Amino acid sequence: MALPSYTETRYRIWHYIYLTICTFVFFFLIAPLFVIFPLSFNAEEFLVFSEGMKNLDPDAFSLRWYKDMIYGTKNPWGLAAKNSFIIAIFATIGSIILGTLAALGLSSRHMPYKGLIMATLISPMIVPLIISGVAIFFFMAKAGLAATHTGIVLAHIILGTPFVVITVTATLSGFDHSVTRAAASLGSNPVNTFMKITLPLILPGVISGGLFAFVTSFDEVVVVLFLAGLENTTIPIQMWTGLREQLSPTILAVATCLILLSTLILISAELLRRRSERLRGINR
Amino acid sequence: MSSETKQILTTDGIPLEVSLKKAEKKNKIKAFLLVAPLLLFLVITYIFPIGDMFMRSVDDKMITNMLPKTFKAMEKWENLEELPPEEVYRSFYEDYKLLAENQQHGKLGQRLNKEKNGFNTITKKLFRQIKRKKIDESVSIKEQINKLHKRWRNVEYWLAIKRTAPPYTMAKYLKGMDMYFAADGSITQVEEDRRIHRILWLRTLEIAFFVTLFSFFMGYPIAHLLATLPMKYSNLLMICVLLPFWTSLLVRTASWMILLQQQGLVNDFFVMIGLVGDDNRPEMMYNKVGTYVAMTQILLPFMVLPLYSVMKTISPSLMRAGKSLGGTPFVAFWKVYFPLTIPGIGAGCLLVFILAIGYYITPALVGGASGTLISNQIAFHMKTTLDWSFASAMGLMLLTGVLVIYWIYNKLVGVDNIKLG
Repeated sequence: MALPSYTETRYRIWHYIYLTICTFVFFFLIAPLFVIFPLSFNAEEFLVFSEGMKNLDPDAFSLRWYKDMIYGTKNPWGLAAKNSFIIAIFATIGSIILGTLAALGLSSRHMPYKGLIMATLISPMIVPLIISGVAIFFFMAKAGLAATHTGIVLAHIILGTPFVVITVTATLSGFDHSVTRAAASLGSNPVNTFMKITLPLILPGVISGGLFAFVTSFDEVVVVLFLAGLENTTIPIQMWTGLREQLSPTILAVATCLILLSTLILISAELLRRRSERLRGINR
Repeated sequence: MSSETKQILTTDGIPLEVSLKKAEKKNKIKAFLLVAPLLLFLVITYIFPIGDMFMRSVDDKMITNMLPKTFKAMEKWENLEELPPEEVYRSFYEDYKLLAENQQHGKLGQRLNKEKNGFNTITKKLFRQIKRKKIDESVSIKEQINKLHKRWRNVEYWLAIKRTAPPYTMAKYLKGMDMYFAADGSITQVEEDRRIHRILWLRTLEIAFFVTLFSFFMGYPIAHLLATLPMKYSNLLMICVLLPFWTSLLVRTASWMILLQQQGLVNDFFVMIGLVGDDNRPEMMYNKVGTYVAMTQILLPFMVLPLYSVMKTISPSLMRAGKSLGGTPFVAFWKVYFPLTIPGIGAGCLLVFILAIGYYITPALVGGASGTLISNQIAFHMKTTLDWSFASAMGLMLLTGVLVIYWIYNKLVGVDNIKLG
């Protein structure tokens, strides 16, 4: 982005204004996440930087909120974390299976009514969550699945599949169908062809769709608020209740853990994207 | 093809055309079978329930089922200026007696009271008379009921009952727009100071519009920077966009709650640079400011990513060509670069607008009373007042709006062009 040496001064000034704006926006995007980190080590109960913290006094920092998160009496975080992981894992598996199958069908050039079906399949992503929540709640209440893990898992499959459909369809768009025909001409049956040829090639897309589905489920609060009973509490529900009632530093400890988790997911998603582009022969 | 040409046959003697059509059909079925499980699952658990929401929103069968004989008798009530005939009174009495035996009369009273004020008192009066068995069924019921209260002698009240007869009603939709059916059946607006829903709709649109605008003005420069920087720098900066994108919504909202509170860092900063005094720190949370700031930051990645993917495909030599043909950098940008990015602008703006219009969590936490949106009102009726049919009606009104935008989006960008990351 270096400016050529012949640039006039006024354009130089504009260029620096532009860079300043960009810096400000990047700061605006990322800085809020870093506020949580130091405050979660606060030795005091208030959610402001104490004098000790500003002077980097070691006594002002402590791990007490992390201890409270893990060992605290009557603390809901253990149960919530367990529920969140169970629900997210099953919802991800369900989304991957249903979404990948649908994407395979959709990317076939023989598929009838492609546009209409695609629009239906990704509608849960477009419809505002509050409406999805109300509709899914009506269904689960009728089916007797409200306040059960099964009900929440099904709800999260609904919300997670569009991501899998989109990422896998995108991967399949660069897919060379002659390789499956080659496998078939060599005597492989369709299931075998899928497992040995197609799946390994689209795997990056499947996994990155799965990551989206996992995060969607792990992070989802609107629909769960309608569906969950006391037994089905999840991390987002606990955070929601905590943020509404009183902002305790324990929430910041949990939030720090969640930021670390999302960093991990971001790294894996990026690596997968690059691998997928390499496999599809896209060089940018 | 002349008629003399022999039909081409496959090895099994079937005409090639037929054979190809058969294979084509088989492929179609195969493709459809792959989509079928998800399609079926979504139709049952998602599309039908949205239809169910519609049924609930217009449903008014409760009262139709409670007063079956009355409504049947009312069909013969011709002169609507006068009180209904004895038969209507008798049927109403019989229906009401049955309801009283099943302890359902209270619901009826409340429902009729919504239709016309003052009904609850007079139905309660009737209930007490029935309980004490003071009504003599062998003589005119009309006279006995009319004696109970002067309102029973008012034809308006009987007309109100008649109005509740149809099993379907649009009343909930009218209520969502601060209107109602007046006594004569015409659509009337509620008094000016009670038009709460219209304020909410307008505020939702206003907040969604400005959040989209802010996201655009902040997203465009950084998408441009990301698309034009060399790969090794842009990948690093991309993390600033992707990390918030992958981070929990509640975590990001929590961080804004910490930053924007009165003793928070943003206020500290304002005090430090002398913008405000230490003793009169402005309230930046639990109002619109908080909603704007937090929602813009949360939705910004959805603006940057589509813009970036479009800008990435624009060759830098186009700008150079524009400049070499005598355009200043501004002209080259405005005449060459900007028009090429319009598909990305459309995609980003519509995506952010659709997401913003249905936002719930962030406004509920940082919005306070003046920052709440229509979604909060829907949740309130679902959870607190339990008026599910009204919540459904408002939800469907919102959904209609979103679907219109989605349709435009589809026309402009195409759903299969949505890119994630």
